[in-house]
Amino acid sequence: MRRLVQLGQGEKSAIPLLLFLLIGFAAPLLAVIWFSFMPARTFSLFAAPSLANYATIFESTSYISFLWSLGLAAVTVILLALICYPVAYGIVRVFGKWAMLLTLLFTIPLFVSENIRLYGWILFLIKNGVLLGSLKSIFGLELESILFTRTAILLGMVYVYLPFMLFPMTLGISMVPSETRDAAFDLGASRWQVFREIELPLSMPGIVIGFLLTFVLAVGAIAEAKVMGGQRIIPITHDIEIAFTYAQNWPLGAALAVLLMLVVGVLVLLALRRFDLDRFLGRR
Amino acid sequence: MAARPTILSLKSVRKIFGTLAAVDSIDLDIGEGEFFTIVGPSGSGKTTLLRMLAGMEQPTSGDILLRGERINDLPANRRPTCMVFQSLALFPHRTVGENIEFSLKIRGEARDKRKARALELMDLLRLPQAYYGKNVMKCSGGERQRVALARALAYDPQILFFDEPLSAIDYKLRKTLEKELKDIHRETKKTFVYITHSLEEAMVMSDRIGVMREGKLVQVGSPHEIYSAPTTRFVSEFIGDVNVIPVDVAGDGLLKSVSLKDALKGPVPPKGFTSGHLVIRPEFLRFIGKASEADNSVSGRLYNEYALGSRIQYQVRVGERVFIVEKLRQQMFTGKLDDEVRIGWDAKDSILVTD
Repeated sequence: MRRLVQLGQGEKSAIPLLLFLLIGFAAPLLAVIWFSFMPARTFSLFAAPSLANYATIFESTSYISFLWSLGLAAVTVILLALICYPVAYGIVRVFGKWAMLLTLLFTIPLFVSENIRLYGWILFLIKNGVLLGSLKSIFGLELESILFTRTAILLGMVYVYLPFMLFPMTLGISMVPSETRDAAFDLGASRWQVFREIELPLSMPGIVIGFLLTFVLAVGAIAEAKVMGGQRIIPITHDIEIAFTYAQNWPLGAALAVLLMLVVGVLVLLALRRFDLDRFLGRR
Repeated sequence: MAARPTILSLKSVRKIFGTLAAVDSIDLDIGEGEFFTIVGPSGSGKTTLLRMLAGMEQPTSGDILLRGERINDLPANRRPTCMVFQSLALFPHRTVGENIEFSLKIRGEARDKRKARALELMDLLRLPQAYYGKNVMKCSGGERQRVALARALAYDPQILFFDEPLSAIDYKLRKTLEKELKDIHRETKKTFVYITHSLEEAMVMSDRIGVMREGKLVQVGSPHEIYSAPTTRFVSEFIGDVNVIPVDVAGDGLLKSVSLKDALKGPVPPKGFTSGHLVIRPEFLRFIGKASEADNSVSGRLYNEYALGSRIQYQVRVGERVFIVEKLRQQMFTGKLDDEVRIGWDAKDSILVTD
């Protein structure tokens, strides 16, 4: 008996997992992509495909939402990097082998729903809330609330995504062997030179992973703009949600989602090409 | 060897961690161009001592003088000394060339000058020039060793410190690298201060050896002195297999041991020496026929034999006591296991030591 493809034991064992991935992961993704080529405001997958939805998007002002999403994500990532690197550095240098455990404590808030945490901030920041109310009754100070501004949105995003930057950064910094630090210092390097020549490049894998992780997550952020920003800004995720819900225009929503995936995918690939993780780890 | 001017001087240097004196009142002078090795078991404080010399730790009290100048508070990056680490601490994200040139780059030397110096050092250490652009993590253990040494030499230090750099290397390569290091020492004429837990390694390379125990320097001397005239039982046992018999000095100058019935003839005990240990190296013991053939003799049972390459070792049991006898292969003993044998040694081949 002749077979076209001879399957080994390993390949056969992989079939269930492969099927699971196809049905659970690839199929919905393909469905969304396929939906983006269907006529607007239809719910069938069997019409003639066209690029009409994409044409609509390029004629509309959706690019503003795209820019808001990408811009907010970029600023969030930069703020997180500035906040997390020193924190991670301190945690690793002070707590040594306990650093990773300590960093895990920062992820405890993740057990509480993001919306609840954001509403917590609202209570804290709102006019006559915990912060402003206390200031008013104790010191008689009356300040403007920062709620429902872009600053508030950024605050929310930085707060929500902090663990996702801190964790890989702590990992990255703890991967720098302390003897290489000593060796560079011993060879005449100043503290700043040790940082620039040794610590920064050797912790780069953690930094890059943190950047990518938080950027991808932050581009998909929606609750921060809605809750903390009071819908002052409409990020692209919000547009997608509207298309799928109120507007009942699934094909348009699908096209927006596909475009977002493309933009983020291309940016991530570019970053990975620029920062070769293997090279940082000395494997190449 | 002619007396050398002192380059590094330690004056009652101590380092206290909590309540533990890791390094306890060490006085030591190291000569210009000397290969000085500090030997001690792990936890004896030798690494702490070296880190103080290199400027990575500060002494709790005492002074470290470099050519007469106090350098206690001078940080490592401003000391004209350099260290080769146990882990080598190579920079994994850099090439062989970039590793070697690191200190030159820090000093701001021009690229072509840096490269010329790096290639020169690679020649000295027998690293192929083609390795200049090779990732350092792709090098073998022995090559990495040479890169680490080249990187330290590029700094042009007045003293080179070594923190057991050969401890993780397999036996055969280690033997080769020990000799190479001694050749490099001769070639560069620099002062080397080396740390190891292996007295054997120290013997091969050093001009002088200091033996450390529990933070104290118990004996300093040439390899020959350490081998043939240890002053304590600890030093004598550190070198390897050795016969140690606890003894008390009797009135007539003879030595009495509880475990042996005959009194022993040994070296004349120093003034005030009343009890200690008699040390006899296994190569000084011999199989004899009659008790009169040596100053001292004991008879026992040949229990086992071990082939050690060029030498053969025999275990002889005399009552509860175990004696180790060593012979060259050519002078192999022909007795059978469990034979009754007599072993002897001369008084001049034994050493009296304190505990």
